[in-house]
Amino acid sequence: MPTLTIDGVAYPAEPQKNLLQVSLSHGLDLPYFCWHPALGSVGACRQCAVRQYRDENDSRGQIVMACMVPATPGTRIAIEDEEARLFRKSVIEWLMTNHPHDCPVCDEGGECHLQDMTVMTGHCTRRHRFPKRTFTNQYLGPFINHEMNRCIQCYRCVRFYRDYAGGRDLDAFASRNHVYFGRSEDGALENEFSGNLIEVCPTGVFTDRTLKNHYTRKWDLQSAPSICPHCSLGCNTLVGARYGGVRRVLNRYHHHINGYFLCDRGRFAYEFANLPIRLRHPVLPRPAAAKDGAGRPPTAAEAIAAIRTRLRRSRGLIGIGSPRASLESNYALRRLVGPDRYFSGLPQGESRLIAVALDILRDSPARSPSLREIAEADAVLVLGEDLTQTAPRMALAVRQSILQAPAARVAALNFPGWMAHAFQNAVQDDRGPLFIASVDATRLDDAATAVLHAPPADLARFGFAVAHAIDPEAPPVPDLDPETADLANRAAEALLAADRPLVLSGTSLHHEALLGAAANCGWALCRRGRPAGLGLVVPEANTFGAGLLGGRPLREAYELVESHQADTAVILENDLYRRSHGTDVDRFFDRLETTIVLDAVQTATTARADILLPAAPASESQGTFISQEGRAQRFFPVLPPTDPVAESWRWLGHLHPDEARALRSQEAMLIAIAAEFPFLAGAREAAPSATFRLNGAAVPRSSRRFSGRTAIHAHLSVHEPKPPEDSEAPLTFSMEGTTTAPPAALVTHYWAPGWNSVQALNKFQDEVGGPNRGGDPGIRLIEPRNVPRAYHNAIPPAFNSREGLCTLVPLHHSFGSEELSRLAPAIAKRTPPAAFSLSPADARERGLGEGDTLSIRIYGRPVRLPVRIHPQLPRGCVGFPAGWPDLAGIHLPTEGHFE
Amino acid sequence: MPVQETRLIFKHIDAAGYTNDLDCYLRHGGYEILRKAVQQKPEELCEEVMKSGVRGRGGAGFPCGMKWKFLDRKSGKPIYLICNADESEPGTFKDRQIIHKDPHQLIEGILISCYAIQAKTAFIYIRGEFPEGARILERAIEEARSKNLCGDNILGSGYSVEIFVHRGAGAYICGEETGLIESLEGKRPYPRIKPPFFPAVLGLYQCPTAVNNVETLCHVKHVIDMGGEEYAKIGTPGNSGTRILCVSGHVQKPGYYEFACGDLTLGQLIHDVCGGLRPGRSLKAVIPGGSSAKILRAGERYTGKLKDGSSFDWGLEDIPMDFDSLMAVGSMAGSGGVIVMDDSTDMVEALANINAFYAHESCGQCTPCREGSLWMKKITTRMSHGQARQEDVDLLGNVADQIAGRTICAFGEACSWPTQSFVLKFRDEFLNKARAQAGAASTNGNGAVPLI
Repeated sequence: MPTLTIDGVAYPAEPQKNLLQVSLSHGLDLPYFCWHPALGSVGACRQCAVRQYRDENDSRGQIVMACMVPATPGTRIAIEDEEARLFRKSVIEWLMTNHPHDCPVCDEGGECHLQDMTVMTGHCTRRHRFPKRTFTNQYLGPFINHEMNRCIQCYRCVRFYRDYAGGRDLDAFASRNHVYFGRSEDGALENEFSGNLIEVCPTGVFTDRTLKNHYTRKWDLQSAPSICPHCSLGCNTLVGARYGGVRRVLNRYHHHINGYFLCDRGRFAYEFANLPIRLRHPVLPRPAAAKDGAGRPPTAAEAIAAIRTRLRRSRGLIGIGSPRASLESNYALRRLVGPDRYFSGLPQGESRLIAVALDILRDSPARSPSLREIAEADAVLVLGEDLTQTAPRMALAVRQSILQAPAARVAALNFPGWMAHAFQNAVQDDRGPLFIASVDATRLDDAATAVLHAPPADLARFGFAVAHAIDPEAPPVPDLDPETADLANRAAEALLAADRPLVLSGTSLHHEALLGAAANCGWALCRRGRPAGLGLVVPEANTFGAGLLGGRPLREAYELVESHQADTAVILENDLYRRSHGTDVDRFFDRLETTIVLDAVQTATTARADILLPAAPASESQGTFISQEGRAQRFFPVLPPTDPVAESWRWLGHLHPDEARALRSQEAMLIAIAAEFPFLAGAREAAPSATFRLNGAAVPRSSRRFSGRTAIHAHLSVHEPKPPEDSEAPLTFSMEGTTTAPPAALVTHYWAPGWNSVQALNKFQDEVGGPNRGGDPGIRLIEPRNVPRAYHNAIPPAFNSREGLCTLVPLHHSFGSEELSRLAPAIAKRTPPAAFSLSPADARERGLGEGDTLSIRIYGRPVRLPVRIHPQLPRGCVGFPAGWPDLAGIHLPTEGHFE
Repeated sequence: MPVQETRLIFKHIDAAGYTNDLDCYLRHGGYEILRKAVQQKPEELCEEVMKSGVRGRGGAGFPCGMKWKFLDRKSGKPIYLICNADESEPGTFKDRQIIHKDPHQLIEGILISCYAIQAKTAFIYIRGEFPEGARILERAIEEARSKNLCGDNILGSGYSVEIFVHRGAGAYICGEETGLIESLEGKRPYPRIKPPFFPAVLGLYQCPTAVNNVETLCHVKHVIDMGGEEYAKIGTPGNSGTRILCVSGHVQKPGYYEFACGDLTLGQLIHDVCGGLRPGRSLKAVIPGGSSAKILRAGERYTGKLKDGSSFDWGLEDIPMDFDSLMAVGSMAGSGGVIVMDDSTDMVEALANINAFYAHESCGQCTPCREGSLWMKKITTRMSHGQARQEDVDLLGNVADQIAGRTICAFGEACSWPTQSFVLKFRDEFLNKARAQAGAASTNGNGAVPLI
């Protein structure tokens, strides 16, 4: 085996990697700043200096930067070389000449990579007796706090923001010792991934502004592994909490999904769980409540007793599930009401869309790709989905895919791709194929080879045309205009020529034909022998999980109540006013005898509840989500349940009238699910079970330096309380537990001796930048199967705009379309006001300008909103803000009448 | 015997009646060599340049013929020529004279060089502070184009070439060839890390690129005129051709002078050519090749062996002004900026001045130079303001020692060599100053700056 030598010890050579990466992977402590596993090497900070020798006879060697030298066989370096050590110390000394000595009061203190590296190099004496350089800080919006004085000019921020995430409004300004990282003027950072600057910055220049509102040191945070509940991708997160509230969300590395980065929605939406609209106590009907003492809220037992009474009296019970509730909660509801009386909680149209999407992905020859596979695809077709708004992290993955084809071409230049500047220079403007077909302009258009902006039906026709161009057996599209046909041929050619072609679509336009078109493209590629990926974005965190449990559409629930076959409904974490038209929902509630609602926050639906049960939000729950990839993943509560708040499945388990059939634990729930739905059996393996122990101990949620255990509760009692037990998870609500790094599904902190910052993640990976040690969490429930599938052939006719009518298309927004995240104050600040989006042609015809009020009649009801002109929007389509309460409950597709 | 100037480049410059327009240039035989050159095979021209041994006049003294030989001609990509007119090294003012007073000589040199390396496009990257020079070059190019000396099918040879003038925005680092290329590509002028890319293989827009100094390109014209072997006879072996020396500082007649390389010693330059020092003054030190070159102290003895094996034993004034000799005494010929200092010079002040320049011009890409140059500047400023501290002398040396050789580009050396050499060679002076000031500081409270 070819080897290289580090400090006299032989290691296997890895010529595709650099010496820094290899050294860190072997657990050697070599300080660094500017290098990042996802961003590559630029050799700017000069911190990872080592001495390199030409061969065994070379005793002089020379100082090199480990991050810039490939780990080729025969390489000999010394990290412990005295001169290199002194130089590394000097680099820290230089950085410290201007770095403020405010660690004790700095937001980053205690999880600062600069702090760690300073200690690692041993620099401790100040020789620079001069005033320090100061900068003016900027207002960068509600997410990020800016403190430029702390900057050590490692350039990671701009490299992530501009080069990786495609942002334009953060840049390096000025030169020499005054290099400034910021915007040209104050203002919110526009890019949807700005929050990653918090983790990318090795010190406290970019810090979490939301954390600042309720600041807590890293070591004082109780943390738990969670799954982001704000879109269908299932990004892994680390939720941190203290004083009974969530404090922040950090990225939890998943090699195949989110890697090192989250989107801003996922990172900053947590705040909704701390709001006063959180439900903390059951609410019972007035007569029951009246029995209580002066204003004491009912207890859980009282609530359960009251519900049981109602259930016994009921002449018909129905349950309405939810795609944002966990698999367990939906199942518990289904078990409580019975399969025939369990409703998915989605309107007919959406129910059908999800069923179609699931049908396409199960038994599909094309693989449902992970985000990593998307980033590694070398030709991508996006059909109808504005990914940045509906599944932001996927857009970031797609943005990386366009570098795959150029990377293959650059490989001929014989230098490794991690040499980031050289790579950029070699690639210049060369981009791999990315075809985007969407209704309106998307935030990925700048990265696209070609874009098509057309009404949903024409997008589907384009997709079918691509499939036909790939495989002539796929149905042809009649009357296709030559321009679209030409684009379809180009897209087909690019996909066919690729090694890893990929088709992405989704349900956000509520247009079934788009799914069929995307499926045809994926299957056509497979038939032509290409290993195609086919990814479908769905609306919510557990849309697939809920969808796989079946459940009838919402309309049938309304009919059941209308026909007096049911008088009691249990509604699980679902605001029906977002699903159906208001008058329909009102009528439904009016007809119900008893409405029992479980939810974490107040909604229009909870306002109609007779009995309200406080459900725990995902950050405080244990459960399983099934992502759009088809991966079952477990999340764990960061806080112990504060009675009476509990996970919905726990409430529902208690409500079951038959004690023998009641399920009291999550484990029992998963076993029952597996028995009833064999294809969901894998969900049980998504994470180690409650009995899992490492060296005989569970995994602690608190760090070993957790402080104030007594003080936190001192206003109640000065005795330290016994830590709450967690019977459901192999995690403790204390600092006691195993000191060994747990499996990735149970990681609560990234910490290793000497590594207090997020960079401690290095110690949790097989190799730096590689998979998590012991494998990445989650179980893929949907795998490709080489079964013959018949092509979809429901090709819609071409779009035809009709006088006085418009097709309403939902325009999604990363900050505003998702139900829970839009409640978070920071996100709300980035949410644009509701508006109708018009094409310039439609606006001209109606004499409307930006900001004018437009009235459109939808279901006979006029909706008045200001006008925004979208230059790329096709004529005859009017965009409305999807997920805004102003237009909630519109069933799509639908048309509106201009008034 | 006073040495005679050998004026090749400056043959006409400053001659009575010589103007910088095309007509004047043509009257003096201009573009005849280009006419001759385009009749020859490009490889022959390259061969002549190789034979001439002409070395780059921008600072590093790399042989021009070698640089061209490294050009990747197999890739099929276009080859670019960049004329580096970002003359910004303190003490150097030769390229400006060429551009202002004889721009067509440069244009002809560029055209010949382009033809030799078969470049179809040349860029003159001119320093932002030379607006007049840029205008002159623009006009000269237009004039040349009007006479079909530049543009399509020049002189009916079938060879086409375009020259563009690109103005920098005023940053010293743009003179570093890869920084220059980045700047030309429209980016921040951050020098590239070598390896993997060398401009000769992957330079401007990832194409093979030759980056040559203004004076070097003018020399090419004369190489082709005289023939490589003939040209090589000027100067000393390995240091062929003439060299423009820009003398500034404490001499009676500062200015630019052109000599055959190694034809004269530093002493001759100061005393015979530049009229000696001011009356009553004695020589203290000389920076021989632009402000980044290591300083030479009067009274030093230099002994050692030259490349050819001969040993030498020189005083400061015996050093021949050529590349190899200056390198042998531990400094460099650099860009030809000779800065002479007499005994009235406060070396701390002199270093403070140099350090202020480099601290201001660091591009800010890598840590040692960005932070170290500023720190050195702060220390020397403090010393020149009478607030030196005991430890300053060692600290200066210590900071400088960690910079050289550990940065992305040669700016690290450029900013640390002055400090290293000043502190080494004038240690006594620095120490005395530090002691005196630190002593005073302890009584006036300056020493109480807390270590925060």
